[in-house]
Amino acid sequence: MNKTVNQKAWFLVLPVLVLVAFSAIIPLMTVVNYSVQDSFGNNEFFWAGLEWFDEMLHSERMWNALGRQIAFSAIILAIEIPLGIFVALNMPKSGVWASFCLVLMSLPLLIPWNVVGTIWQIFGRVDIGLLGYTLDAVGIEYNYTQDFFAAWATVIVMDVWHWTSLVALLAYAGLQSIPDAYYQAAKIDQASRWAVFRYIELPKMAGVLMIAILLRFMDSFMIYTEPFVVTGGGPGNSTTFLSIDLVKMALGQFDLGPAAAFSIMYYLVILLVSWVFYTVMTNLDKRDGV
Amino acid sequence: MTDATAAPGAATIPGDLTASRPRAATRRRFRPNGSAVVIALYLLFLMLPLYWLLNMSLKTNAEILGSFTLFPRNLTFENYATILTDPSWYSGYVNSLIYVTLNVAITLTVALPAAYAFSRYSFMGDKHLFFWLLTNRMAPPAVFALPFFQLYSSVNLFDTHIAVALAHCLFNVPLAVWILEGFMRGVPKEIDETAYIDGYSFPRFFVKIFMPLIASGIGVAAFFAFMFSWVELLLSRTLTAVDAKPIAATMTRTVGASGVDWGVLAAAGVLTIVPGALVIWFVRNYIAKGFALGRV
Repeated sequence: MNKTVNQKAWFLVLPVLVLVAFSAIIPLMTVVNYSVQDSFGNNEFFWAGLEWFDEMLHSERMWNALGRQIAFSAIILAIEIPLGIFVALNMPKSGVWASFCLVLMSLPLLIPWNVVGTIWQIFGRVDIGLLGYTLDAVGIEYNYTQDFFAAWATVIVMDVWHWTSLVALLAYAGLQSIPDAYYQAAKIDQASRWAVFRYIELPKMAGVLMIAILLRFMDSFMIYTEPFVVTGGGPGNSTTFLSIDLVKMALGQFDLGPAAAFSIMYYLVILLVSWVFYTVMTNLDKRDGV
Repeated sequence: MTDATAAPGAATIPGDLTASRPRAATRRRFRPNGSAVVIALYLLFLMLPLYWLLNMSLKTNAEILGSFTLFPRNLTFENYATILTDPSWYSGYVNSLIYVTLNVAITLTVALPAAYAFSRYSFMGDKHLFFWLLTNRMAPPAVFALPFFQLYSSVNLFDTHIAVALAHCLFNVPLAVWILEGFMRGVPKEIDETAYIDGYSFPRFFVKIFMPLIASGIGVAAFFAFMFSWVELLLSRTLTAVDAKPIAATMTRTVGASGVDWGVLAAAGVLTIVPGALVIWFVRNYIAKGFALGRV
């Protein structure tokens, strides 16, 4: 749609601008403020320049947390995106069953995040949880508070449980928008199931899949509550992701300077990756939107 | 995909070519096939942990800890009674519902005109502004927790519902603008022009004509605002102490001196799922489109 140039439209945007600026810019400036100052308590601050940034860049703790974070995001994206597409391809196309599936699948998305954590914490316990008890009964050593591998497996399965539906719903929405004519043409050409997927369904889903990847990347990169409830970041530091580490530093130890420097770099990483996705997405929009 | 799963593939193609067959009949009959098995397994995976929570909430603590049972032997509603009669428990639900409602109201009020502006007009800096809004959806709440605490304390809003509602606007407003803009784009511009020619003023046109046209979009945006405000814990916990404490934060209380009260914890968990489930039911036909942010 070609839009009219109208500078007065700014007035319509103004309320959003004011509101978001209040909630975003002021706190962000506070963070910037902390990141360049040092304090000995008593609310006395003095200029520290880029010292904290330098310290954080050489801090093994932050690099380790970042490494774990990237590993986590990569693993859950690698599982959730294909699984979500696969589920969407198999969903009923219309009728009562489709609504039924949609409602049940959306359910995990609307559970408060710490309740998600609690559910899996209980579910995985060897004494009272179905999963833990079953694994224990068949003789698999499983203890998510002690064992590195079990902790990671639990956190990842939990995230897959929690968010795969989002990918599936998005992919499903993409599939629904494909006109019948495409499939009829494919059938006339005797295209294989794979060819239909590869040359019709996948390209048509590209836009929504981009949104899915963007949302999943952002949210998994900020994940805090769920792993915190289940493992508390342990055993040791093995599931301490960036947000968990940050909250520990800022609110637990009250190391404001380093935590603020950490925050800013963290935010910049997310911003950078999201910008790449966003650019790709708007380009896709433009291609399809004509 | 292997050939084995591809074999029944013809039946899984949407808008199947078997259109000559009476469609209603095929739809109503439930045919067990590969797809149904996949979906059934997936739904089973989703439902098992939830079932376990429900199961535990209906047991006594003695049964939870004493024996391993797949369904409650001594069905009890004691745990739910505890929550619904104790003010320190149910006030958590009331608090959560208050700030979520406030948040949805604020979000829609400011997002509707802005989304209209983005979908209809181009103005100086519009693209940058749109991306800047989105970046706030990407801001990690952990980064903002402490500054928010200080900001809202300094304006005397700490531990009020409005503080949480405003804080949640940080990520809900950008999302709502994004969703609504997607839906508004689908409304032809000719409608606006016709209305102006007919002598409608902008506010009257917007409320009387435009909003009914994107009613489903408004519903979806409200649903998402509800959802993200309802599930968020980090900010709502940081910004409240007693008077506006959300239910999710109250739940951590069950870890008492005598160990964890598992039954009550599970019951509280089940009750947090109920509002979400109710809301889903109302928007079920638009969920898919909504998750695609109106861009399908």
